[in-house]
Amino acid sequence: MPAVSKGDGMRGLAVFISDIRNCKSKEAEIKRINKELANIRSKFKGDKALDGYSKKKYVCKLLFIFLLGHDIDFGHMEAVNLLSSNKYTEKQIGYLFISVLVNSNSELIRLINNAIKNDLSSRNPTFMCLALHCIANVGSREMAEAFASEIPRILVAGDTMDSVKQSAALCLLRLYKTSPDLVLMGEWTSRVVHLLNDQHMGVVTAAISLITCLSQKNPDEFKTCVSLAVSRLSRIVSSASTDLQDYTYYFVPAPWLSCKLLRLLQCYPPPEDGAVKGRLVECLETILNKAQEPPKSKKVQHSNAKNAILFEAISLIIHYDSEPNLLVRACNQLGQFLQHRETNLRYLALESMCTLASSEFSHEAVKTHIETVINALKTERDVSVRQRAADLLYAMCDRSNAKQIVAEMLSYLETADYSIREEMVLKVAILAEKYAVDYSWYVDTILNLIRIAGDYVSEEVWYRVIQIVINRDDVQGYAAKTVFEALQAPACHENMVKVGGYILGEFGNLIAGDPRSSPLVQFNLLHSKFHLCSVPTRALLLSAYIKFINLFPETKATIQEVLRCDSQIRNSDVELQQRAVEYLKLSSIASTDVLATVLEEMPPFPERESSILAKLKKKKGPGAVSVPDLEDSKREGGELNGGGERGPDTTAMASSNASTPSPSADLLGIRSAAPVGAAPASAGSLLVDVFSEAGPAAPSAAVNDDGFLSSAPPSEDPAPPLPEADDLLNKFVCKNNGVLFENQLLQIGIKSEYRQNLGRMYLFYGNKTSVQFASFTTTTSCPGELQSHILFVHHVVSLCSQTIHFRQLGTSLQLCPLIVPRCQPPLQPPLPCVFSP
Amino acid sequence: MIGGLFIYNHKGEVLISRVYRDDIGRNAVDAFRVNVIHARQQVRSPVTNIARTSFFHVKRSNIWLAAVTKQNVNAAMVFEFLYKMCDVMTAYFGKISEENIKNNFVLIYELLDEILDFGYPQNSETGALKTFITQQGIKGQTKEEQSQITSQVTGQIGWRREGIKYRRNELFLDVLESVNLLMSPQGQVLSAHVSGRVVMKSYLSGMPECKFGMNDKIVIDKQGKGGASDDAGKSDLGGGSSGKQSIAIDDCTFHQCVRLSKFDSERSISFIPPDGEYELMRYRTTKDIILPFRVIPLVREVGRTKLEVKVVIKSNFKPSLLAQKIEVRIPTPLNTSGVQVICMKGKAKYKASENAIVWKIKRMAGMKESQISAEIELLPTNDKKKWARPPISMNFEVPFAPSGLKVRYLKVFESKLNYSDHDVIKWVRYIGRSGIYETRC
Repeated sequence: MPAVSKGDGMRGLAVFISDIRNCKSKEAEIKRINKELANIRSKFKGDKALDGYSKKKYVCKLLFIFLLGHDIDFGHMEAVNLLSSNKYTEKQIGYLFISVLVNSNSELIRLINNAIKNDLSSRNPTFMCLALHCIANVGSREMAEAFASEIPRILVAGDTMDSVKQSAALCLLRLYKTSPDLVLMGEWTSRVVHLLNDQHMGVVTAAISLITCLSQKNPDEFKTCVSLAVSRLSRIVSSASTDLQDYTYYFVPAPWLSCKLLRLLQCYPPPEDGAVKGRLVECLETILNKAQEPPKSKKVQHSNAKNAILFEAISLIIHYDSEPNLLVRACNQLGQFLQHRETNLRYLALESMCTLASSEFSHEAVKTHIETVINALKTERDVSVRQRAADLLYAMCDRSNAKQIVAEMLSYLETADYSIREEMVLKVAILAEKYAVDYSWYVDTILNLIRIAGDYVSEEVWYRVIQIVINRDDVQGYAAKTVFEALQAPACHENMVKVGGYILGEFGNLIAGDPRSSPLVQFNLLHSKFHLCSVPTRALLLSAYIKFINLFPETKATIQEVLRCDSQIRNSDVELQQRAVEYLKLSSIASTDVLATVLEEMPPFPERESSILAKLKKKKGPGAVSVPDLEDSKREGGELNGGGERGPDTTAMASSNASTPSPSADLLGIRSAAPVGAAPASAGSLLVDVFSEAGPAAPSAAVNDDGFLSSAPPSEDPAPPLPEADDLLNKFVCKNNGVLFENQLLQIGIKSEYRQNLGRMYLFYGNKTSVQFASFTTTTSCPGELQSHILFVHHVVSLCSQTIHFRQLGTSLQLCPLIVPRCQPPLQPPLPCVFSP
Repeated sequence: MIGGLFIYNHKGEVLISRVYRDDIGRNAVDAFRVNVIHARQQVRSPVTNIARTSFFHVKRSNIWLAAVTKQNVNAAMVFEFLYKMCDVMTAYFGKISEENIKNNFVLIYELLDEILDFGYPQNSETGALKTFITQQGIKGQTKEEQSQITSQVTGQIGWRREGIKYRRNELFLDVLESVNLLMSPQGQVLSAHVSGRVVMKSYLSGMPECKFGMNDKIVIDKQGKGGASDDAGKSDLGGGSSGKQSIAIDDCTFHQCVRLSKFDSERSISFIPPDGEYELMRYRTTKDIILPFRVIPLVREVGRTKLEVKVVIKSNFKPSLLAQKIEVRIPTPLNTSGVQVICMKGKAKYKASENAIVWKIKRMAGMKESQISAEIELLPTNDKKKWARPPISMNFEVPFAPSGLKVRYLKVFESKLNYSDHDVIKWVRYIGRSGIYETRC
């Protein structure tokens, strides 16, 4: 390209720029710019036409002012005029101004497009290049619309200069990236592919970028490029370092082109044609061989170029995943890099090895480097490299080395960086589960994990350990013993307390024989942690206590004492309060049989995929870890622990009781059992607890049931209770309306609604006979205590032959004195409803 | 309270640095230089907070004065102090420049020791300061003199020393006003106010008691009601023809020598004046302002490439008075490519660097008018934005008070010495200047 000659330099511009740079203050600069702008305006306005040189100079000044951050709203026309100049420098400045300043919706776009078209059709290669660069720099949709059909023609035309071809290929790539729908290759496809055979290496390099991008979208159309790429590659690889002259970079022949070719090949499966494949394998072998040769230069550029090709070749080998020989060689080559003193190389080696580890051919080969990788994890200075080392350890882990790897990762966890801790924890948890030979090892590992990095242990991890302990009865005793020991540490992580509470609550009896872990000792140990824990943990501990009452009746008094104390039963947290009240009542009322049923050991969890794995996948983003994981699980599915323990998602446990107001998992399932235990007791009388408030703020049905049990007054019901009425009655424990009573003569329905302290209750009397009732009266009575709080208003709404519709309206329940923020006392004694047909 | 005070030159080099409190470290000096003086974006706020430290700065030519504090001080007090500091320095060595500051740095440190104690402003009255901080070495002061200075500085009237004697008792009174205006193109006043100062130079012997009277509406009304205006008119010093016109003062502040209790009760301004020059009062008025000039703009757009501007200015005061230093600034559009100006009086020029036509007139009598017309050629732009039409601004100086303030009397009583009010020679001068005086076009 013609350089700007000295004589062509613009003096005025240089003076202006130095003036600006010499300005002492911002104001002075603005003044200078204003003056210059006024000057340029008067020059552009001037009647006599400016010559090309001064036009160029002023446009340059405007460009400079624009780049200083000032708005330029004129001069576009002059810049467009420059486009039609025949001088290279003038044209160049014109194009520069346009690519920097002209936005796509300008009205000048037509003129500009015209000028570009002229240049494209000119025979002058420099002008064509300038035009192509401008199109690519602007790269707007309008440009694509105007020129997308023109450029492929230039690209494949036989008489186009090489430099223009290069520009055209890259320009087309740019347009394709901005608006792929407008760039249609169609008929040009084969000719573009044949550019790979071009004599000029630059053209090939530019074209291959375009082809790679295009073939990613429609691989079938460009399939033919594979064999061409292979032959090109083999020609480069086999060439001596001096053959390619301009394209040899520090003794490496055409490194960029080689990388691009290898990358293009990664878009396609291994070539089916034997000859092509043989040639490609030969190339890859040559590349691997060259890596072993002593370097031709000590310069870092030389090794960088060489390694770039090598890494691309290795990723191609991994992509094909069909040549065991090559895979093992690649692995060995990477093994050498693991100890290279370049940090970047170590990082890349670890990264590539991660993918190699997932291939069945090279898995064993990767495993031989375990010591080096563990060493890298411990000693590497760069955290990102350590992260890769941890990934690789995870990927290379299998049954044979699981114990070693998990132990190493655990020991590393104590000093690991905070940024990778959570991921490490998940990995350890997964590996421990996946390759667990005996479950005592698994339990040990996870408890260790919680001890070392409790904060980073997510919910899923400890859910998982509990699922496994519950599902495997051979490990339960050991687990109970281990957690008991772990809990004896003065400072326990909360997750440890959770696991401990759960496991002792379920299986504490298994270790109760030992006087050192007698029931009371267990309880005291757990309760010593109680006050240091957060609300969800405390709730879990309360559940564990009630389980203790079942397991060890001798602790009942102590535990009831704890539940009864004000800090539980009047706790400001509604969840804790509710649990304390319910458990207290349950333990004091229910018989041991009922207790044993309600507080039965948890049933085994259904088998499902481990939720931890899902979490890790989510954390790493799709594709990062999932590939080896999936393959791992496929390959080693047989030896996994039956796949059985990958089972239940712990959230299922939480969903056991939908009525739980807080999102915490009611792991013991006690809540759902409570109403069941209470319901049979209520069946004795036809008393309906009609005032049980069902609003969200009110205590749930279970509380009312407890109250109901304790304070049911003797029934005054003259009508003999019918057996089926009992069943009907049970429904009102959880429903607000339904049939209250039914026999051959009469059906009584009830519908009630409550809002704060107001209640409204409808009673429907249905006459099922064909004759009319005479002197039908209803009486509602109410026990003395409640009398003062309730104001009845009776309204007989309708009285017809078939139905007497009785309405009780505005039953104003003055409950306020009873509802204290810690609403503890049983709220409403039931209302006996007496009627006589 | 003020933790420290620094003076920088335009390059940000520290010329004077005085730290009064321990919470201000040396790094504060650099913090201000880096964040304000050398800031990439010009700092426009006079108060800058850097790392919980507040910097208050004023700029005099290319000298920066910065007061630093870590406490929550009254910013108005700090700025008042900085202005006072400038006044004191000017009174001692003239113009505040880098060279003057370098030449007088000992004096400045001495002054800083005196006018700020532990960050609390002290007596900053130049007259008083000059009695004990001098530029000529240490005078062999006698014990009596020393004790006299001490008693004066710590006494009731800290701003004036005893035993001043003048052969000629003289008094100069300047009423300096700046008038601000924003007017619509149709001539409607959108906002207008006058901020004024009464500056006094007194050369009086002994400890005289002065009484200052002006045409304050409240006083006039009160006197008019009482009918006891015996000294009004009799000792009318002002050049004004009538003492009847009165003005409503919106707010005013006084020099410390004025007895505020007396002003509050009788609204009379009585004081013992400091010796030399000082500012007696500051005031602001918004009603019945005499606008010295009226600007009538006429802008016509001829097509997209031409603009015709005609501006007429009318002077609106007594024909006998002469306005000076008149300058009208007519902004031009940003795409101006050429300007032709014709004016009947003065000189007009297009200044491209300021994007304005500047029209200067040396002198203009009252009740006259003059006009300028300009043709502005525009370059068509592809920008659809319309020109914002900034207002036409104006500068001038007139020899009367646009607020209408008149000095009615200034009486001097000195009981101990034998000169009376009549022996004092009194001079009064009114100067009205333009503040921001703009007319939209």
